Amino acid sequence: MAFRRSIILALALAALALPALAQEPAHEETPPKNRWSFAGPFGKYDEAQLQRGFKVYREVCSVCHGIKMLAFRNLADPGGPGFSTAQAEAIAAEYKVQDGPNDQGEMFERPGRLADYFPAPFPNDQAARARFNAVPPDFSVIAKARGYERGFPYWVFDMLTQYQEHGVDYITALMQGYEDKPPAGVTVPPGGFYNKYFPAHAIAMPPPLSDKRVDYTDGAPTTVEQYAKDISSFLMWAAEPSLEQRKRVGMQVFIFLVILAGLLYFTKKKVWREVELHPEDLQPRPPAEYPRTP
Amino acid sequence: MSAHATYQPRNAFMRWLERRLPIGGLVYSSFVVYPTPRNLNYWWTFGGILTFMLAVQILTGIVLAMHYMPHVDYAFDSVEHIMRDVNYGWLLRYAHANGASMFFLAAYIHVFRGMYYGSYKEPREVLWILGVIILILMIMTGFMGYVLPWGQMSFWAATVITNLFSAIPVVGEAIVTWLWGGYAVGEPTLNRFYALHYLLPFVIVGVVGLHIWALHVAGQNNPDGIEPQSEHDTVAFTPYATIKDSFLIIVFCLLFAWFVFYIPNFLGHPDNYIPANRSVTPAHIVPEWYYLPFYAILRAIPNKLLGVIALAASLVVLFFLPWLDTSRVRSARYRPVYRQFFWAFVVVCIGLGWLGSKPPEGNYVLFARIFTVYYFAYFLIILPVLGRVERTKPLPTSIAQAVLGTGLPIGAPAPPPSAHKA
Repeated sequence: MAFRRSIILALALAALALPALAQEPAHEETPPKNRWSFAGPFGKYDEAQLQRGFKVYREVCSVCHGIKMLAFRNLADPGGPGFSTAQAEAIAAEYKVQDGPNDQGEMFERPGRLADYFPAPFPNDQAARARFNAVPPDFSVIAKARGYERGFPYWVFDMLTQYQEHGVDYITALMQGYEDKPPAGVTVPPGGFYNKYFPAHAIAMPPPLSDKRVDYTDGAPTTVEQYAKDISSFLMWAAEPSLEQRKRVGMQVFIFLVILAGLLYFTKKKVWREVELHPEDLQPRPPAEYPRTP
Repeated sequence: MSAHATYQPRNAFMRWLERRLPIGGLVYSSFVVYPTPRNLNYWWTFGGILTFMLAVQILTGIVLAMHYMPHVDYAFDSVEHIMRDVNYGWLLRYAHANGASMFFLAAYIHVFRGMYYGSYKEPREVLWILGVIILILMIMTGFMGYVLPWGQMSFWAATVITNLFSAIPVVGEAIVTWLWGGYAVGEPTLNRFYALHYLLPFVIVGVVGLHIWALHVAGQNNPDGIEPQSEHDTVAFTPYATIKDSFLIIVFCLLFAWFVFYIPNFLGHPDNYIPANRSVTPAHIVPEWYYLPFYAILRAIPNKLLGVIALAASLVVLFFLPWLDTSRVRSARYRPVYRQFFWAFVVVCIGLGWLGSKPPEGNYVLFARIFTVYYFAYFLIILPVLGRVERTKPLPTSIAQAVLGTGLPIGAPAPPPSAHKA
């Protein structure tokens, strides 16, 4: 009874807070949700998609954006884009990597090896700023460094449905969010581009993708939409290369824990049954192997 | 309480050891025959869950420390090195980061349980105070740990929180410079936070030891809030409490695993995957969820110094709770009015948490102020007055009676709690 009254009181308090909710400013354009192969408890990366995304990265993004925490060897790692070691080696060899100093004390360039990391497009931030007046962010963990607010109560559902692809959905939307003409009343400063998904809408990066810009050999459509999804997938893998292992181990841990919890529950019931059946015998009794002192 | 069985080991070595260091007897009397009230419900398993989580945090933390580099240029990259190149590094890091959230979740439930059943009342005041000390140490440790990955939120959280000390008149600025080890959050700050983040968990272990010691002196409270009087009211810690605690620890692990394996970044902020940059301020600087109620109290007050005082007071007031609550009846089961104020207090704390995540503007501030007033009024006005005016329900004469419904008829006038000691 009193508990029900407490609930009513709590609801009344929550209702009091509702006007505050209503005051929330009008939401910015929310990135649409996509279906990702790596979402959910059994999610796995789509190897072909990661390879296409890598192609988009190499041919378009890498001109400005580094991905310094990714090594060539990672391309052949399990749970990744599925290149063979030989393929990864061949890709590495196409890059020039600075090494040294050699015996003469000189730095020199040599073809990349599996152990090397992807070289940065600029030697330092100043060089990038001199060219673009901005530093293009590194892509190593960008899929986890971006997201958008879902707000209450959606985050509760997200928690229960394991929706954690905010970052990739945002990047996919951003790639397709450019509009030639900003809506009436919005001015974009010179050197900026209007993008409906970018916070404050003025993004310094020109639209990077256009239809048919990257050739696909596997028959996937060469559209901005497909490119956007592929590059986002690739960036998710770059940011979270252990995702497949994590979800696989997670399922094993879950099965183990559920069985253990079940066994413990029934053991607990059995142990406590004695207390429920013979309460009059209740004593802080020591286990049998330790004799009690009188 | 009843005379405990003494420990008489059968093993020759244990007998030899027992005469020189009676550690077997200590474990035996504390964790085997130790009498626990038979009516404990599952809310009493959170002490065990917290001990388990503390162990998880220390074990994962020690291994992480072997791979982490506390340097402004390498900290962020070394965390990613752990995620990518260390065997099961992702598991260690995600378990540690989400473990902090689970630790706080369990701690808050444990505190609310103590408040609901009046576990802080005589003779358990010191037990409660030690618990508040643990909570404050946890808050400090968690904050310093959040700074270590050296992302944007790490850096700016460190800046905002250390800057709170600048509100202290006259010496504030000097204190902040001393905390930073420089004129801004930088290398010395990161280094000392790392050192303290490694040290404080062991201080927590020490205070937890005292907490458990105090618990075993006073005995556990229970949902009826009356002291056990005979052996009929208690069961032995082993196997009864151990099996119950183990079951709930594993259930709690299921929740923990849900976060670690499936939504490991859900409770974090994406901005903390952007390396710290002192020339770019994030749009909204938000602390981790477990600090949000305190953050809301801080921002509810327009004056910086008063805000900091309110923030500190919101924790310090907990020390005085045993004396602020004047009711002689412990458990909310027998305090119908208190129970409603208690649940309103829980709603207010959750509401403050939600408001702490919102920008400090408009109605958010208004509600943060109303809730802050309730938070303090609960301790300083409601509890002292309520204990004097509330008509409590009759207490059962014994735990066995409460459980079995035997003995005195329910509803018979209850003797005052002190009489139960007889």
